[in-house]
Amino acid sequence: MTGTDRRTSRRGWLAYALIAALPSTLAIGLAPPAAAAGDGILVGLVTKTEVNPYFVALRRSAEAEARARGVRLIARAGKFDGDNEGQVAAIETLISAGAKGILITPNNSTGPLGAIAKARRAGIVVIALDTATDPADAVDATYATDNFQAGVKQGQYARKALGSKTPHLAMLDGTPGGTVDTFRHNGFLQGFGIKEGDPAIVGKQITNGAQDKGQTGMENLLSAHPDINVVYTINEPAAEGAYAALRAAGHEHDVVLTSIDGGCLGVKYVKRGAIGATVMQFPAKMAKAGVDAVVDYAKNGTKPAGLHDTGSATITDHPFPGLETHDTAWGLSKCWGRRSRYRQDR
Amino acid sequence: MALNPVAGSLSTLLLFCVIFSVTTHTFLTPNNLSLIVQQSVIVGALAVGETLVILTAGIDLANGAICVLGTIVAGKLVDVGYPALPCLLAAVALCTAVGAIAGLLVSRLRLPPFIVTLGLLGIVTAATRLISQGGAFPVMDDLLAWTGNSIRIGSAPLTYGTIILVGLYLVVWYMLTQTAWGTQVYALGNNPEAARLVGIPVRRRLLSIYSLAALIYGLGAWLALGRIPNADPNALQTANLDSITAVVIGGTSLFGGRGSLFGTLIGTLIVGVLRNGLTLEGIDPLWQDLVTGILVIAAVALDQLTRRRRT
Amino acid sequence: MSEPVPMLEAPVLEARGITKSYGHVAVLHGVDFEVRAGEVMAVVGDNGAGKSTLIKTLCGAVQPDAGEILLDGEPVRFATPLAARASGIETVYQDLAVAPALDIASNLFLGRELRRPGPLGRWLRMLDKPRMRAEAQRHMDELRFRLPAITNAVEALSGGQRQGVAVARAAAFARRLVIMDEPTAALGVRETGQVLDLIRSVRDRGLAIVLISHNMPNVFEVADRIHVMRLGRRVMLTSPKQSSMADIVGLMTGALPAHGHAAQPEAARP
Repeated sequence: MTGTDRRTSRRGWLAYALIAALPSTLAIGLAPPAAAAGDGILVGLVTKTEVNPYFVALRRSAEAEARARGVRLIARAGKFDGDNEGQVAAIETLISAGAKGILITPNNSTGPLGAIAKARRAGIVVIALDTATDPADAVDATYATDNFQAGVKQGQYARKALGSKTPHLAMLDGTPGGTVDTFRHNGFLQGFGIKEGDPAIVGKQITNGAQDKGQTGMENLLSAHPDINVVYTINEPAAEGAYAALRAAGHEHDVVLTSIDGGCLGVKYVKRGAIGATVMQFPAKMAKAGVDAVVDYAKNGTKPAGLHDTGSATITDHPFPGLETHDTAWGLSKCWGRRSRYRQDR
Repeated sequence: MALNPVAGSLSTLLLFCVIFSVTTHTFLTPNNLSLIVQQSVIVGALAVGETLVILTAGIDLANGAICVLGTIVAGKLVDVGYPALPCLLAAVALCTAVGAIAGLLVSRLRLPPFIVTLGLLGIVTAATRLISQGGAFPVMDDLLAWTGNSIRIGSAPLTYGTIILVGLYLVVWYMLTQTAWGTQVYALGNNPEAARLVGIPVRRRLLSIYSLAALIYGLGAWLALGRIPNADPNALQTANLDSITAVVIGGTSLFGGRGSLFGTLIGTLIVGVLRNGLTLEGIDPLWQDLVTGILVIAAVALDQLTRRRRT
Repeated sequence: MSEPVPMLEAPVLEARGITKSYGHVAVLHGVDFEVRAGEVMAVVGDNGAGKSTLIKTLCGAVQPDAGEILLDGEPVRFATPLAARASGIETVYQDLAVAPALDIASNLFLGRELRRPGPLGRWLRMLDKPRMRAEAQRHMDELRFRLPAITNAVEALSGGQRQGVAVARAAAFARRLVIMDEPTAALGVRETGQVLDLIRSVRDRGLAIVLISHNMPNVFEVADRIHVMRLGRRVMLTSPKQSSMADIVGLMTGALPAHGHAAQPEAARP
């Protein structure tokens, strides 16, 4: 190799190394300093993804509570709904970082169990948020919505809203394998008053809780069964997608569309009339309770235990007798997520 | 083979290690370092096979899916009741067979590897979902999860899976650099027409590359089960791009014929160190994606610049 | 030093009545060909004269429709280029067929790598890189070919040096005949001179060389005999001493009528 080539390649890889080091030094320099770690307590939070606004809201509440209590929070998430490897790696690294407690919304309920056990063995308190693990005592405590009850409320409303019509039910599920999915689904059926396999269920689709898949799922079910008149959805993004499909087919007024989550956007859909009713969850309560539990453990060693139901409430502007509901004004005051203004009515 | 692209990635890796050791006090501990290696095991294994394919100027988008297929098949067979060792071997054999199909399509029908493996990605993913009926299930078997057991080196654990990965790197390194097969693989990627003219059995070599790569993905399935004893059809969805990232950052050229396994190891470690270090710092994980993206572009640009100087 | 005197022995490679058509297009019409050990036979002709096709039949890349090929007097049939190679015929292709990223020694032994003796070579299939490097160096020295270090990648070499590597590879393994297809086509004056020297070295080792070239000055500088083709036939077998460049060009283009097909063995002796 000639001298010029050697110089070029030396310059080349030096430049390469510098380019690479630049962003990371910037990142470390510009990142917010370890938030007022008064007593140096580190809380870890591992959510499912950063894509679902629900988990973003959960994280924000946790961060707010951590700031209020003067502790440091490191938040991580999987790359996609079902990314066990990402959650496991996050737990391991949080153990390495010296976290006193780890809050986790476990993906597929058995996936991260090994890492959770490792954390508990290291004396770290592990709390499940939003979703129970399977078995539920794999973690120290669980702060979650009773998803089954939430499903029941959703089903009860759907049945009342349908009235005396013969039901043709479409079910838009989330990601198979998670307890959230199963509980809400089964709760809905119980609240609706039918069993799995009932002929009233004309079709099911998997949406992974995403809006685009909710839309295509609804479209497919509608073309197969144009007589669908009631729809169960796993969450509001899926419901928004379903609504778009219903509107495109001209069916938005003769189908009862229900959902769960209680995000501010979702409550707005209810207010707009796109969704008939949604069952609100209280992720802020979960996050706050979780952070507080970790701080208590770090300070005086009291471990939380058991399953704590953070509650659910049906939000609708069309109530029916016999059902406890709240209107959308109440809903908007209690909802989670950004009260964004850029989503105009379509 | 040129050392320089590897020198670039090695210096980047060392730079990151230095930065993280200085700014945190947990990065450089034996436990944490062992953790980084353990977290890199699955993508590291996939990257070995991916390196082989990329050296022939091909690409394999189905590696993660084939690995997941391996975990599901092994897990299901054990569930049904067969003894663990034949189940594992059957799973690895199945993975190898899928790779052989890719190899045949690329070598005999001369279809572009990107398209072939893209199609296989869809087919294998669907097959995996069908076999597992959509649901993940835990894998309780001792042999299947054996790679997760560890021995202690001082205070840090070292999993058998890590040891197997190191062994895999050594074996494939030997094949690539010390055997005629390896020289011919490099020649094939560098100038396929020349390889044909000098009598290298190009089609046979390509078939062997894709099959061997898939066998390695099958081995990766065993490593994956050791790390997370859960057979999940939804797992490893981004592993194909992660492994390609590791290979490219490590200095292997996407145009074939240039690169080294050592570079791939460095690339894998860079990705792992970044993820771990940024988490320890508490920095938004978005920075990880940003820096990784910049590294990939820098690596490819460097490859192009040095290639242009050569002609 | 005294020039080697080829005696009136049988040619190393001889072809009689080679005919080849592609569909309705007849490319070769009963072409005869011969080349002796220790001589450079240049094959010249305009585009479309059939040079490449003739050469391809000789090295096994193409099967003739009719005619026979004799190697050292024995009829042979090369089904593939590898079969021709196995019979000691090596080819230097127009685009060189080297892997630029690999080093010189690796390229020399490409497809024919040397393994270590004993169990290392047999069970572990380990390459004997020191031996390959030493042998490659030896071949280069024998051909009096100056190169930078043998461990350099081929892409770091100049065009003439790369050409030299390809020629050296063919010369190293050829036992009877080396075919060279336009070896100086892309080279400058000095590099052309180097390659022509190399060709002479190979010839002086006793091998036969078949040289396809458009470059008349080169042909006249290095060839012992010249096989002129036009429209799928051999129109003349001559030598630089017997014919002038203008004659040959005239024969190629048809401006001059052919003087007959027969070789003139007496006149061909230098």
